[in-house]
Amino acid sequence: MITLEIAGRQVQALPGQTILEAAEAAGIHIPTLCNLKGLTPRGACRLCLVEVTSWRGKVVPSCATVVEEGMTVVAHSARLRELRRTILELLFAERNHICSVCVSNGNCELQDLACELGMDHVRVPYRFPALGMDASHARYVVDHNRCVLCGRCVRACSEIEGAMTWGFAHRGVDTVVATDAGGPWVDSSTCTECGKCVEACPTGALLDKGTSVAEQVKDPEVVSRVTERRPRA
Amino acid sequence: MPEGKVRLATVWFSGCSGCHMSLLDLDERLLELAAKADLVYSPIVDIKEFPDGVDATLVEGAVGNTEHLELVKEIRSKSKLVVSFGDCAVTGNVPSMRNSLAPEEVLHQVYGEGDVPGLEGGAVPKLLPQAVPVHSVVPVDAYIHGCPPPADRIWTFVRKLLAGEDLELVGEDLRFG
Repeated sequence: MITLEIAGRQVQALPGQTILEAAEAAGIHIPTLCNLKGLTPRGACRLCLVEVTSWRGKVVPSCATVVEEGMTVVAHSARLRELRRTILELLFAERNHICSVCVSNGNCELQDLACELGMDHVRVPYRFPALGMDASHARYVVDHNRCVLCGRCVRACSEIEGAMTWGFAHRGVDTVVATDAGGPWVDSSTCTECGKCVEACPTGALLDKGTSVAEQVKDPEVVSRVTERRPRA
Repeated sequence: MPEGKVRLATVWFSGCSGCHMSLLDLDERLLELAAKADLVYSPIVDIKEFPDGVDATLVEGAVGNTEHLELVKEIRSKSKLVVSFGDCAVTGNVPSMRNSLAPEEVLHQVYGEGDVPGLEGGAVPKLLPQAVPVHSVVPVDAYIHGCPPPADRIWTFVRKLLAGEDLELVGEDLRFG
């Protein structure tokens, strides 16, 4: 076992566990968005940033940083609060997150984070990008206006379903999730229509066709339930 | 807040008036509010000019046209507190869905082809290039989330206002939508 300190508490962890896993096991809450139990950590959203005092205060994503013997981790501080809030504001400003007309209104991890992190307004200018939807598939829809590029759909598709339908297309601020490297979802020859991408998505970016405002309820834990039932190598 | 009654104003920009409807949903609590505050300017009172010396103005709606832009600046200069009231004022919300289109294209899509009556000669205020949150145009002192904000949330805020407390809402009261 490894012993480290998180948020002023002595915590035990197994070698190879992440700071986030150790914190959660000890009942210490750290905000997350792109992290989903059962998927490989990606460190994409940066909301789980923590300060490692024993690394001269370096700020690292707790979901993607492995514990170390004697490590000292600050999970909550004024600096982290400001960093997390700014990151959240950038996520809201980047696309068109219009909660009032979103299928995930009331069941959205991004919306929840605004409450949790005390985001009373967004201080950076909104981009209001012209983004579309792909409703070509018979059962599912992707709405790029609500996507935060967390990659949970991409990872669920490759790591759990093994279909590798979802990926990222374009670069930088123009990045979007895409099926079969681009093109209408209905034309995908790899999609198995399993729906895990929809369940894994934290916002209203992936939805069941036919759902209206506030009707989309997701079950992201399906990913960890599936992985736990599978025989381990 | 000062001695005597609070001078309260409300205004309606690019929004659906749902926030004002939710304000009226305070129901019997309106009597308590009326005992402690005078509504000195609002879409629900018949006063044409925005008065001086307002203690707090609740702004519903995004800033979407030239009239809103002018009035919000006047409101800022005459109000001690400016409050973004509801998601349209806080984020742009539904009115901001036009923002990736040019204003001319919006009018074209809504009113059809040809000349739109009233647009010439300034009879109707011109659309701004984008419908934007109030705080992007003037400094804002407090924010009330929701589309519309539930009456209980409005009451939480109003009670803080009347008591002269810190106006920051927290937790579930920061839920958009």
